[in-house]
Amino acid sequence: MPDPVKLTVDGQQITAEPGTLLINAAKQAGIEIPAFCYYEGYSLQAACRMCLVEVEKAPKMMAACTLPVAEGMIVRTQTAQVAAARKSTLEFLLTNHPLDCPVCDKGGECELQDMVFRYGAGESRYTETKLHVDEKQWSPVVFFDAPRCILCFRCVRVCNEGMGVGALGVINRGAFSEIAPNMGDHLNCDECGMCVDICPVGALTSGIYRYKTRPWEMEHVSTICTHCSNGCKTTLGVRNDHIIRGNNRDRSGINGEFLCIKGRYGFDFTDHPERLQAPLIRRNGKLEPASWSEALAFTAKRFSELKANNALFGIVGSAHLTNEENFYLQKFGRQVLNTNSIDHQRSGDVVTLLDALSGTTGTLAKVEDFYNSKAILVIGADLALEQPLLSFQIRANFRHRNAHVFTVTAKEVREDKISFRSVRVQHGEELAGVEEIHAQLLTEQELLIVFDDSVKGASLRRLVEIGSSLPYAVKYCCLVDYSNSRGAVDMGVLPDLLPGHKPSETPGLTVEAMVTSASLDALWIVGADPLAGAPFAAEKAFIVVQDLFLTESAKRADVVFPSASAYEKSGTVTNVCGEIQQLKPAIRTMGTKPDLEIMGLLAREMGVAATMGQWVSSKVFAEIQSQVAGYAVPLPILSTGGAAQSMPVNGRIPVAEHPELIRSAHDNLFTSGTLGRYSRILNSVLENPRPQ
Amino acid sequence: MPYNEPHPAETRIISKRFGLPNSASLETFMANEGYAAIKKALGMTPDAIIDELKASNLRGRGGAGFPTGLKWSFVPRTSPKAKYIMVNADESEPGTCKDRLLMEFDPHQLLEGMMIGGYVMGAKYGWIYIRGEYRYLIDIMDRAIAEAYSADYLGDNLHGTGFSFHIRTHSGAGAYECGEESALLESFEGKRGIPRIRPPFPAVSGAYQSPTLLNNVETFATVPAILLMGGAEYAALGIPKSGGTKLLCISGHVNKPGVYEVPLGFPMMRAIEELGGGMRNGKKLKAVVPGGSSCPMLTAAECDGLTLDYDALAKVKSMLGSGGMIVLDEDTDMVRVALRIMRFYQHESCGWCIPCREGTTWLKKLLTRFVEGAGTQSDIVMIGDLAKNMLGRTFCPLGDAAAMPTISIIEKFRGEFEDYLAHGPKPRRSYVREETLREEALAWHGQAAAIPAQPTV
Repeated sequence: MPDPVKLTVDGQQITAEPGTLLINAAKQAGIEIPAFCYYEGYSLQAACRMCLVEVEKAPKMMAACTLPVAEGMIVRTQTAQVAAARKSTLEFLLTNHPLDCPVCDKGGECELQDMVFRYGAGESRYTETKLHVDEKQWSPVVFFDAPRCILCFRCVRVCNEGMGVGALGVINRGAFSEIAPNMGDHLNCDECGMCVDICPVGALTSGIYRYKTRPWEMEHVSTICTHCSNGCKTTLGVRNDHIIRGNNRDRSGINGEFLCIKGRYGFDFTDHPERLQAPLIRRNGKLEPASWSEALAFTAKRFSELKANNALFGIVGSAHLTNEENFYLQKFGRQVLNTNSIDHQRSGDVVTLLDALSGTTGTLAKVEDFYNSKAILVIGADLALEQPLLSFQIRANFRHRNAHVFTVTAKEVREDKISFRSVRVQHGEELAGVEEIHAQLLTEQELLIVFDDSVKGASLRRLVEIGSSLPYAVKYCCLVDYSNSRGAVDMGVLPDLLPGHKPSETPGLTVEAMVTSASLDALWIVGADPLAGAPFAAEKAFIVVQDLFLTESAKRADVVFPSASAYEKSGTVTNVCGEIQQLKPAIRTMGTKPDLEIMGLLAREMGVAATMGQWVSSKVFAEIQSQVAGYAVPLPILSTGGAAQSMPVNGRIPVAEHPELIRSAHDNLFTSGTLGRYSRILNSVLENPRPQ
Repeated sequence: MPYNEPHPAETRIISKRFGLPNSASLETFMANEGYAAIKKALGMTPDAIIDELKASNLRGRGGAGFPTGLKWSFVPRTSPKAKYIMVNADESEPGTCKDRLLMEFDPHQLLEGMMIGGYVMGAKYGWIYIRGEYRYLIDIMDRAIAEAYSADYLGDNLHGTGFSFHIRTHSGAGAYECGEESALLESFEGKRGIPRIRPPFPAVSGAYQSPTLLNNVETFATVPAILLMGGAEYAALGIPKSGGTKLLCISGHVNKPGVYEVPLGFPMMRAIEELGGGMRNGKKLKAVVPGGSSCPMLTAAECDGLTLDYDALAKVKSMLGSGGMIVLDEDTDMVRVALRIMRFYQHESCGWCIPCREGTTWLKKLLTRFVEGAGTQSDIVMIGDLAKNMLGRTFCPLGDAAAMPTISIIEKFRGEFEDYLAHGPKPRRSYVREETLREEALAWHGQAAAIPAQPTV
């Protein structure tokens, strides 16, 4: 480690690592040097000239955003000359700015407003005509108002460097310069909205947020995105029990400020008109609305009768439920309904991975490891479309630390562009590709292996063998599909595994077996749709469904309970890397209840409340912590919005492998099973492959 | 026509082949010491060549005047990366038209200069970035390059010497900004023509992030002459610190506008009176732009006794720049001059940084309003103020180039601005000249109605 550099800023002695930019060194010492175009993590511009400061011995003022600190440097940021330069830069900026703050979405959280307020002139000297360009719509989610644009080129960089998409560029020259989309008049991109988010002014605005509210009129609720398994934190802007906006400007989560289209815009399923808002009971062959008390009493009565007859219950949990709900559900099944036929749709072979890792030096990766690891091996998955945060982290890792990225995939993936070595293989022969680059992997210093459902069962064990043969510790990440796919496994929503990966003595039926078994007497489906498109063998079975919408399974149910969505309840979820995070309810939707509460009320109706315990997420989580190995994470981390990685099992999991049951839906950015179908925004973008 | 008959007061070193019959041809070139310098260079060590350049006191002829020998010595010749030679032929500074003649009349001289650069740097490839408006010069250069290839002066293992060098031309697309060396490289690489953050300088990381020797046409064209005559002898042509000769582009209200080669330290008034043939129509001198439109304006009084060299002009707070001397007579409306200059820079601002992009636009609008007679007393203060707010705060020197002449005009000719306020807008002059031009054009085309009279500022 080289010696720190000593310099003086505004008379204050500070030290900084060599190579630190002056703007950052000053920031570390608590001295603000304002800037528009400088944005940590992206390429340097020195375009806005707001960060000009006086540096002793320099003939003119220097841009602090591109100036590395030097020993003995003497910097002044508070002189009259610096203040005058800032004032004049802002004056220049405002000449062609429309100053329509009263109607601008950004008003109240606009960096230009803040800067002018702090450093700008009180009055404008500009009396000439302003340039005007009409507003343009580039996609359902991105609008561009050129006159407001200050040309800081943040959007261009975040799209190009951050997202690896490069859908934005600059056209024209001088004051007529304009940001332009890749398709001439519209965008064809990830529709992630990162450009809108990073825009310091109101030039890029969000298609669903624009003109809806002022920022200070919203409540801001930090919760976890309910779509994919990455577990991004999204801060929902809520007004009048409606979610208006999603972003993560405070960079508080594992994702920093990153969000994809789903996290940023895909919340509008919550107020979809087809949302269920009252329980339904089948009467004379038709599902009819009923009151909660009626539906609960009816279901409890039927469950009690079936239980008394030693009926065979099948229970399907979900990768969208919280840990608490899945835990409560399997406990309900195992302890009250006397069944081990509890399962969910599995999308990654987590169990085999944990078993194979026991006794090796391999560990599970965290999301931050995708940014830190010196080498990453991507097997099978198109991360940019399926696991966008992990892909974003890998790109940042490559950009900042020149990580060696290896890809072994069947088709071309975005990581190829930054890859050290790409291997194309036939689907199913991914391991052969890994063997091919084995010699090259040996020369690395560390490695993170991330793989999707193309590696499972025996081939996964072989992959771990290969990993163990490398002369350094390897980290693994087994990709799964949904917000709590990983948690559902840990909670024991499996026929052969109890919570904490303890083998069950008498394994029950899998989802597939339940659907095809004629002997099933009752089927309880929570947040899943196993009957979609499948013939159901047990025609006489009593079916209870809890869901947001009338799914295919719900249409065949005897009772349907309207559930609250992930944005409407408390609890914890475990992401693809095993990091536990807390949900916070942002809104309430009339007539719905969280699944945990529905199950709790059922338990009360059945008179088993004492066995089941309180249906409060914090109480259930306490129980989880005592029973599920690895979940004894510090609560303060969770309650303050942090992510705590669950500890690995560290022991064998002696159960039979079922690689045939592991199927990822390979949803991309624009599709996501049920929720995506009810999100108008996801369906409206032209990149969505489904017919609109 | 910027090229006139040779004047006895000239010292013709790099323009010595101008005016020879068929001067652009390899044949004429070979008959007049053609490719003798590269032959000599191949017998010297690269360090010896750089030492000659240092001894010659040659300074960059593109405008900034950085010592060429020093610049050549900055290129890391031992770098494992490929080295490149790049010629800046994006001659766009108003008032400057010297590179044009160098390429038009003596393209092989430039190629030879590049080859010497290639030999010194160990480079195998060189490019000439020519502004898009010089389309016909690209053709001339391409012909010269083809000739050189066919005579084995370009290509691999030239005349069995083991030295290989290749040259191609590259067309600009009409941006003044691309004359800035790093913007030129961006444009050359196929990107938007915006300057790069420096350091690293092109010498270390230029074209394709490789060490690149980037000089002006005139600089490269001077190198063969220096090698042939020796650095010290070349330096002796000029004055200390400003070695050798320089092409002067005299334009404006003189009788014989044109390009003349003079030793540095040549008196400015002599240049106007003798080379330029004196003021047109016997008018009095009002102001001179000494080295291209970006240089601060000089009043007639300041020009008296002034010599044309880097240091003398720096002393009067102006610059020798590219040698584009614009001579203005007593009838010139300096307010309109300020507007005309600002219109150019506003049009050419690349839009990258705020002070230049918005400052030039604002000043152009303000000056337009002022010229139209809607100015106020506070505008006069503001013009200087806005220009000073650009000066030294922009990303590249384009902002300074717009600010410096404006500041000098507002300071030295403030009275003319006051006159505008007192007496309203002045009538446009020089209609006679424009009318003549129009008549000439009409005669040429033989169609009277097609070309409307276009008033220009």
